[in-house]
Amino acid sequence: MIGPQDVVNGLLLGATISLGAIGVTLTYSILRFANFTHGDFITWGAYAALAALGLWTAATGGGIGQLGPLSFGWPLLGALLVAVAATALLALALDAVLFRALRRRGTPLALVIASFGASLALRHLLVFAQGPQPEYFTREISIARELLPGVRVTADQLVVLGLTAALVLALHLLLRRTALGRAMRATSENPTLVRVVGIDPDAVARATWVIGGALAAVAGVLVGVTVQVRPLMGFELLLPLFAAAILGGIGSVYGAVLGGLLVGLAEALAVPVVGAEYRAAVSFLVLVAVLLLRPQGLLGEPE
Amino acid sequence: MILDVAAYLVFFLVVALTYALMCLGLNLQWGFTGLFNVGVAGFVAVGAYTSAVLTTPDHPERWGGLGLPVAVGWLGAMVAGGVAALLVGAVTLRLRHDYLAISTFGIATAIQLVALNAVRLTGGPFGIESIPRPLFGLVGGRLAYNALYLAVVAVVVAVVYLGLERLVRSPWGRVLRALREDEAAAASLGKRAAAFRLEAFVIGSMVMALAGAIYAHFIGYVAPEDFLPTLTFQVWTMLIVGGSGNNRGALLGGVLVWALWSASGALTASVLPQAMQARGAALQVVLIGVVLAAVLVARPRGLMGEEATVSRHLRA
Repeated sequence: MIGPQDVVNGLLLGATISLGAIGVTLTYSILRFANFTHGDFITWGAYAALAALGLWTAATGGGIGQLGPLSFGWPLLGALLVAVAATALLALALDAVLFRALRRRGTPLALVIASFGASLALRHLLVFAQGPQPEYFTREISIARELLPGVRVTADQLVVLGLTAALVLALHLLLRRTALGRAMRATSENPTLVRVVGIDPDAVARATWVIGGALAAVAGVLVGVTVQVRPLMGFELLLPLFAAAILGGIGSVYGAVLGGLLVGLAEALAVPVVGAEYRAAVSFLVLVAVLLLRPQGLLGEPE
Repeated sequence: MILDVAAYLVFFLVVALTYALMCLGLNLQWGFTGLFNVGVAGFVAVGAYTSAVLTTPDHPERWGGLGLPVAVGWLGAMVAGGVAALLVGAVTLRLRHDYLAISTFGIATAIQLVALNAVRLTGGPFGIESIPRPLFGLVGGRLAYNALYLAVVAVVVAVVYLGLERLVRSPWGRVLRALREDEAAAASLGKRAAAFRLEAFVIGSMVMALAGAIYAHFIGYVAPEDFLPTLTFQVWTMLIVGGSGNNRGALLGGVLVWALWSASGALTASVLPQAMQARGAALQVVLIGVVLAAVLVARPRGLMGEEATVSRHLRA
C-alpha cells in the first residue's frame, strides 16, 4: 500500500541522490566522462566526517551533543566541513595522479575504466580498514513528529531537505553570477572555444572536482545521519546517481536535482509493490525507460 | 609434493583459461569495436546460471533442474548470454558510448539482484549446487579429472581464439575497427554502425557466458557472490595489461593477471595477522586497481598492444 509517507521518504532519499547527481552531471558535461568514482566520494566523505568526530570526542572527552530536536550537535557541522575539504582534496589528488594524464591524451573512454578501477580501489581500502560493519555518527535518535496527517518526519530529515535546497541555490548563484561559473558553463558548451578566450581548462577541471567532491561529501554525511555509514553506501548509490543525471539531462544542474527527486520517489513508491530486495533495480528500470523514450533527458537538449 | 604442485598448477590453469576466455569476449567488444561493457560479471553470471539450471538434476524447491547433457547447458548459456546482450545493446548502442557503460553496469546489478532474490530460479544466496561435471566417469581421481577438464577448456579456448582471429581479420572485423576509429567515415561508406556494433556486442557476450558455464561446471556450484563487480574489474585489468585489440594479448593478460591475483592472495594470507585475514581479499582488489591505473597511465598499449594492420597490396 502506497501512502503519503512513502512520498515523503522518496523526496528525502531523492534529496541526497540529487546532491550526488549534480557532481556526476558536472563531471560528465565539463570533464566529459561518466565518473564511476563518484559514489565512493560519498562514502569517503562520510568516513572523513566519522574520523573528524572521533578525533573531536577523543580530544574533548565529551560526546557530540544535541541541538534541540536533532540527533546531533555543533561538532557534526565541524565534521561536515572537514569532510567537504577532505573529499575535495581526494578528488583533486585523483585528478592529479590519474585523470589529468588520461584527459590530456584525449581518450575519454580510458577515463571511464580508470574511474572504475579507482572506485574499486577506494572502496576496498575502506573495507580493509573498517570491515563491513555499519557505523553511526551518534546513538541518539531524532524523534519523528506528525507534520501532516499520516506523514511523520524527524528534525534530522528536515535538515537534509533544507541543506540540499540551500546548496542547490548556492550552486545556482555560483554558476550564473561568477566568472568561474561562466567559465564552467562555457567549457561544457565548447571546450575548444574556451581555450581561445584564455580560460585555463585545468582550473575549470579543478573547480569541477572541488564542487563535485564537496557535494558528494555532504550527501555522504546526510546519509550517515539519517541511515548509517558503510563502505558500500556510496557504491550502492551509484546507479541511482547515473539514472538521476541522465533522467534530468546530462549537464543540467536543475535536471540532476529533478532527476534525483524523481528517482528517489520511484524507489520509495516501488518498494511496497516489488519488495525491498529489488529496490536497487528500480533506478535501472528508470534508466532504461529514459534511454528508450527520451535519451536527452527531461531538461537536456537533443544532440 | 610434485603431485601437490601439479594439482595446483592444473587448477590454476583451468581458472586462468576461463578468465582468458572472458577476456577474449571483452576484447572483441572493447579492443576491436570500442564498446564499453562494465557488466562482464552479469553476462558471465547469465551463462553460469543458465547452464546450471539446464543440467542439474531435478530439485523440489527450484524450477529447472532439467538434467540435460552438459553440452546442451553450454549452448544454452551462450544463447542466454546472446539474448541478454541483444536486449541491452538494442537499447543503448545507438546512444553515446558512456551510456553503454552505465547501462551494462545497471544490468549487472539487476542480474546480481535476480541471482540473490529469485530463489525459485537461482537458489538465492546459497546458489545452485551439484552442477554435473562433464565426462566425470571417464578417469579416476581428482587430479586426473582436473587435467582432463583442463584439456577440454584448452580446446574451447583454442577454438574461440581461432574463430575470433578469423572474424577480426575478415572484412567484418575491418568494419569494426573502422567504426571504432572513425564512425562518420565508415558510415559514409555505407556501413550500418548500429548493426555491426550489436553483432560484436552479442558475440562477445556469448563468449563471456560460455566462460561462466565452464567455470560453473568446474567448481560444481554457483552463488551470487561469484559475480560481483570485482570480476568485471579483473577481466578489464587482464585486457588492459595484456593489450586490448590483440587476442594473444588478451590470453596473456588473463593468465598473467590471474597469476598476480593468486600470488597476492598467498602474500596477504602469509603477511596479515590472523584477525585481518578475512579482509585480505580487499587489499588484493586495491593492488589490482593500482596495477590497472598504472598501466593505463604508463603503458596504455599494454604488454602486446594492437598490431598495425596493413593491406597485403601495400606490404608486398
